[in-house]
Amino acid sequence: MPDPDVPNDTQIAPLGQDGVLVRFGDGATAHPAKARSFGATVRGAGLDGIGEVATSLASTLVRFDPRAVSRATVEVHLRALLATPREIAATESRLWTIPASFGGDDGPQLADAAGLADLSPEAAIAEIAETELSVLTIGFAPGQPYLGHLPERWDLPRQTDLTPRVPEGALVVALRQIVLFANPSPTGWRQVGRTAFRPFRPDRAEPFALRAGDRIRFSPVDARTLRDLGQAPDGLGGAICEGEA
Amino acid sequence: MTAVLTIRQAGPLMTVQDLGRPGHLAEGLSPGGAMDRVALIEAAALLGLDTPAAAIEMAGLGGQFVTDAPIRFALTGARMQALIDDAPLRWNATHTLHPGQVLTIGGARDGTYGYLTPAGGITGEPVLGSVAAHLSIGLGAALKDGETLPIGPDPSPDRPQMTLPQDDRMGGGLLRLMPGPQTDRFDEQTRARLAATRFHRSPRASRTGLPLRHEGDPFAMIDPAAPISDFILSGDLQITGDGSPFLMLAECQTVGGYPRIGSVIATDLARAAQAPVTAPLQFAWITTEEADALHVPPARMLDDLSAKVRPLIRDPARMRDLLSYQLIGGVTAGRELEPSS
Repeated sequence: MPDPDVPNDTQIAPLGQDGVLVRFGDGATAHPAKARSFGATVRGAGLDGIGEVATSLASTLVRFDPRAVSRATVEVHLRALLATPREIAATESRLWTIPASFGGDDGPQLADAAGLADLSPEAAIAEIAETELSVLTIGFAPGQPYLGHLPERWDLPRQTDLTPRVPEGALVVALRQIVLFANPSPTGWRQVGRTAFRPFRPDRAEPFALRAGDRIRFSPVDARTLRDLGQAPDGLGGAICEGEA
Repeated sequence: MTAVLTIRQAGPLMTVQDLGRPGHLAEGLSPGGAMDRVALIEAAALLGLDTPAAAIEMAGLGGQFVTDAPIRFALTGARMQALIDDAPLRWNATHTLHPGQVLTIGGARDGTYGYLTPAGGITGEPVLGSVAAHLSIGLGAALKDGETLPIGPDPSPDRPQMTLPQDDRMGGGLLRLMPGPQTDRFDEQTRARLAATRFHRSPRASRTGLPLRHEGDPFAMIDPAAPISDFILSGDLQITGDGSPFLMLAECQTVGGYPRIGSVIATDLARAAQAPVTAPLQFAWITTEEADALHVPPARMLDDLSAKVRPLIRDPARMRDLLSYQLIGGVTAGRELEPSS
């Protein structure tokens, strides 16, 4: 039964035996700020039996301990919180500049993706480099950022078939977003470039380098320069971070 | 007393596993941990532990092990051929390996993942609270020949040998599926056909999950426009671009863009993970209320299994070295506890 006070573009659904997913929007658009602010509200509310609260591109996942609280009770609390107006706080964010090599072996599908966006490969590289992206969410693999948004023309579909393996550091595009792969992985997105940036290193003081909300710029370098940057012991591949919080 | 377990010979995919690293979804880290968590909890029940200990998970094939001090251990999960020197060992039971002896674990007779759990657990440097290898993200690695593993102190070294009855989770069967956030992206007919279809795990299955094969049409969404990337949990049944299902398991990614038709309940994930390539798997839809009622927290599972543990009685029919026992001398009657060495 939809609650009249809960915005009707918000859905509440089960995700597993101990999870409730609150999803914002129509299922096709990112609302990372809404998801993050609702996550903070849930954490701040201190409800009994609530465990992990995580946020993604368009949703907030609330996990509960079924021994301590029922799903029905959790959903009642979440509806009440959703019906309460929230401020989406603007926070100071950091700016990362990350060297990236585009095309060739580092971006075997650059021409393909550029063609779908109606651009030459050169113009595609320039447009990616000129766009200030933000970390919409971290996910798929540890520390791995979903970055957005590129201009409208980059609203590319996923491929029908999976690419069996892209290397760590790969930059792949779809849906006006770029994912920077943390590990070798199969993907349905198209690989246009590569960085020597490792978003997760368990031996680093900060194992997870990026945070949701960080701003990102890619600075194009040639393939050889990228190989050299890969020698950096911190695994950051020559990336510079300004505005350390 | 602590010990060092040396792997004389490692099977092709042996890893250290515990219950993994829960609580890091926001940072993109899936919990990982044992593919068959029931097997770790069975080992804890057998060994008399308060919580499951870190074990060696053996996919398909075990290895050879020696020790520098006595190690009490449990064998659980997929049944494998196991010997100390020449003496065969009961599966789903506890045993002790002494210095100078060789423990040999062979191929799986049923199921996929066997577990060797020392009572003191495998210790070592935890990363984010766990010693488990998480292969898909490059944390830890498969164990190799000659590797040594530190074993913690046994909390109850004098506990008698124990055994547990084998359940039926090794041979495939029914996996109960609850609805999830994207279930309504598939029409009723497609959802019904999913439950009426017989699947087999693909040989490409891994700790990440099971690609499932079937005969017949692919499973398609109502609206082919894929939804935006959203959370994925172990148990989610994803329909990939070609319309075939992929069951997410321990080392799955944390978000993804292909829709999930539903989620296999945690209670049935051990059955899914253990199913051999030849065993049929089928899905049965249940409601969210039914799924919630079937939730079993690990602590309760440990209590339930602990109540089923029995002292190990030797069955003369299974004693390979029967003739070496004094059956008429009044010393043994064939129903004593199995010698610990």
